[in-house]
Amino acid sequence: MEQKMIETLEIKNEADIIRARVRAKTIAEALGFNYMDQTRIATAVSELTRNAYQYAGEGKMTINPLNKQGRRGIEIIVEDHGPGIENIELVLKGGHSTGGGLGMGLSGSKKLMDEFDVRTRSDEGTTVTVRKWL
Amino acid sequence: MEKPSIPILKSGDCLITSPQVALHDKLAVQFKNDILQRIVETKAKGLVLDVSAIDVVDSFLVRQIGEIAAASSIMGGHVVVVGLRPEVAMALVEMGFSLEGVHTAVNLEKGLEVLHKIWRR
Repeated sequence: MEQKMIETLEIKNEADIIRARVRAKTIAEALGFNYMDQTRIATAVSELTRNAYQYAGEGKMTINPLNKQGRRGIEIIVEDHGPGIENIELVLKGGHSTGGGLGMGLSGSKKLMDEFDVRTRSDEGTTVTVRKWL
Repeated sequence: MEKPSIPILKSGDCLITSPQVALHDKLAVQFKNDILQRIVETKAKGLVLDVSAIDVVDSFLVRQIGEIAAASSIMGGHVVVVGLRPEVAMALVEMGFSLEGVHTAVNLEKGLEVLHKIWRR
């Protein structure tokens, strides 16, 4: 049953940002997350997919239901092949001071989710992985 | 002209609007511009922005709301956000955002009361 819920969504335009967060919210609800967590997850997805779209022009979101030794959760990976993020440490710390959405969206997502990982290289792009547990 | 837009209603000195569709970025920006234009046209002293149908508010939308508040403040108006869902408010707080420059109220009725109180000051 859960295998069918692994989802991949291409982010090619603004409507896809909405599509992505609706899909994430729906899956989160199906997995048993409450309204608060559904909203946190959808908001994080909105921020991350927007970053990909705005700074890379494209992106891909993958949603994986998690089940680790009976512990259930959701994992969302947003990747792009954009210019990468310079000074990632600074960006994550000073989410408010960096002019624009990138820092805010990234640090905001980190605060909303239980686990957060970002890999970024100027010649490869950026992959952000977030997880939330039930 | 043909693009669907969000209705902005006028009642006395006040504008009232209640988006019922998901605001993708272009639409959010257009919405902001429409509101500001209406404020100028009508010389409205207040705006009630009902967000009860919005289930996700992210940093982009927060920014648009902030800009509406700042611009209307410059024009001598006040903005009241009503119907903010608790889970949305929670997510905003946790991300560290505040809806600066806007008043909030639980619903349209209370929102109008807030405006009238402000105007009577």
